[in-house]
Amino acid sequence: MDLFTIVFYFLAIITLGAGAVVVFSRNIIHAAFALLFAFFGVAGLYVLLMADFIAITQLMIYVGGILVLVLFGVMLTSQVLDVQMKSGTIQTFPAVLVVSALAGTLVGIFWSTPWKTTAAAPMEVTAAKIGEMLLTSYLLPFEIASVVLLAALIGAALIARREKNA
Amino acid sequence: MLESYLPIFFMIAGGIAFGVVMLKLNEFFGPRRPTEEKFSTYESGMEPVRTARERFSVKFYMVAVLFILFDIEVVFLYPWAVSFRELGYQGFVTMFVFIVILLIGLYYVWRKGALEWD
Amino acid sequence: MYELLHDLLGDSLLVYVIGAALPLLFVLPFAVVAVLLEMKVSAHMQDRVAYMYTGWHGVLQPVADILKLLQKEDTVPAAADKFLFRLAPFLVFMGGYAGFAALPFSSAYIGSNIDLGVFYILAVSSLAVIGLMMSGWASNNKWSLFGAMRSVAQIISYEIPSALSILVAVMIVGSLNLQEVSKFQEGGIQNWIVFGGPMPLLQKLLLLPFTITAFFILFLAGIAEVNRTPFDLPEAESELVQGYNTEYSGMKFAIFYLAEFANMFLVSGIVVSLYLGGWTSPFGDVMSGPIWSFFWFVAKGMFFVFLQVWIRWTLPRLRVDQLMYTSWKVLTPFLFVCIFAVGLILVL
Repeated sequence: MDLFTIVFYFLAIITLGAGAVVVFSRNIIHAAFALLFAFFGVAGLYVLLMADFIAITQLMIYVGGILVLVLFGVMLTSQVLDVQMKSGTIQTFPAVLVVSALAGTLVGIFWSTPWKTTAAAPMEVTAAKIGEMLLTSYLLPFEIASVVLLAALIGAALIARREKNA
Repeated sequence: MLESYLPIFFMIAGGIAFGVVMLKLNEFFGPRRPTEEKFSTYESGMEPVRTARERFSVKFYMVAVLFILFDIEVVFLYPWAVSFRELGYQGFVTMFVFIVILLIGLYYVWRKGALEWD
Repeated sequence: MYELLHDLLGDSLLVYVIGAALPLLFVLPFAVVAVLLEMKVSAHMQDRVAYMYTGWHGVLQPVADILKLLQKEDTVPAAADKFLFRLAPFLVFMGGYAGFAALPFSSAYIGSNIDLGVFYILAVSSLAVIGLMMSGWASNNKWSLFGAMRSVAQIISYEIPSALSILVAVMIVGSLNLQEVSKFQEGGIQNWIVFGGPMPLLQKLLLLPFTITAFFILFLAGIAEVNRTPFDLPEAESELVQGYNTEYSGMKFAIFYLAEFANMFLVSGIVVSLYLGGWTSPFGDVMSGPIWSFFWFVAKGMFFVFLQVWIRWTLPRLRVDQLMYTSWKVLTPFLFVCIFAVGLILVL
């Protein structure tokens, strides 16, 4: 096993472990903080895939932004710790059926796909390449992204205004 | 390229190891004389009143929402800043359109008073 | 540096381990010096003398402080969330310390020569944001939680101006790697990006007002991001005791303190690398080379650390609404103007 394989398994364990805490923790704050490690592990995996720009964007937006938003959101709720996180189990049999069908499909796809395992072409400067692609080949999605962001901004302003009137 | 990320991995590991060693040293040298008062929450000398985990103002949430939106914009701007000179005039104009659309948003938010902290 | 280590040690992992340990070897003595600097400068600014007994003019006081903190009882409040309480100092420290990997300390050494340099520093500093929030919440103390919330709100609002002001320099250089940015500014003080960079004269003069503006905003936003006066609302002693680290004692408190000083230097290092030539000598080829370049980088960095101390003991604290006003309504619009103008000048 070479070093990068070890690093990969290390990051994978962090990601999955943190993900398990997010799902199974009874304490909503613990679940939110565990997201940090899940995001961090995923960022590491992106680096191993040579997608360093995506990795750092992941840290910047998900850890720096979304996670802060989630935490603020949790703290807006009153009596954070008393929230009943667990809902009762109903309809066990149909659920098991659906889940196993889904899992079977996924595993089937996983085994039947001819995975391409060629070595990745080394990218010199990913950021420059991405910038170039955004402004040439993917110009329309790029400009549409700004409209989406504009819509989100307007939505945010509306929420803020409503809070003021109330 | 991957090799240049290796030091970061080791730095994080080294930083954690340093912290653990210092805390262990502290544990070794420091006394341990727990009393009930010592472990009660510090509230400027008064008896602690209720828990600190109360609800927070929605203003904090608003700041975070605004931050994310502009953060995403910044993420788009960075690759552009690296490559815009090769793209020349055309690259500049497309980014100009992108920024102007977002500045309209900023102007709207400003006029709506969402940037005020009152 | 890595080539040298490769020659010495062969192709082993040890090369990277040693290379990665060097920033820590810088941060620790730096913190000792910075503590002394802060105390001495603040004292002399107020006509006091500060420590005088430990060593010559009290120079050993920071060492004595560290020894004292090592012997303190490490308390965890009964009401705290014990696990998160213990974890938080690590995150806060890592957020600042991991950023040192992308700082070019000398023409021969940068911890991690990645293309995304500054962008990585910006991103990894968000670990500290989560750490602050964790410390505030885990302490279950009103002062801590208020301090943490204020601190996080402040850091994230000033992250936009700092990211945009970094962008101005990145546009001029065309690279995010701080080593490349520093190399770009070689050749003396007139080539530093604050003064328009190594451009033809006309372009340089046109760029000048915008680069100076961006430089000032970057430093200002940097001070805000490390929560220092005049942006020290998160730990306003008169209202919030100590802010987010009120409940911490012993080494955990020391780690928060270390993180603060590491961040001070990180901010200075970013400002210096982007706008003030990084490790380049102000006299062109005179006094350059790997060792001199380390000297220049540290000297410039220390000057900005000194400036931060100076500002702390000069200006009063801002109000929350002024804080938000400055970030969103002054700095951000100004920077968009800068980015637009710099783009136009470079394209034409």
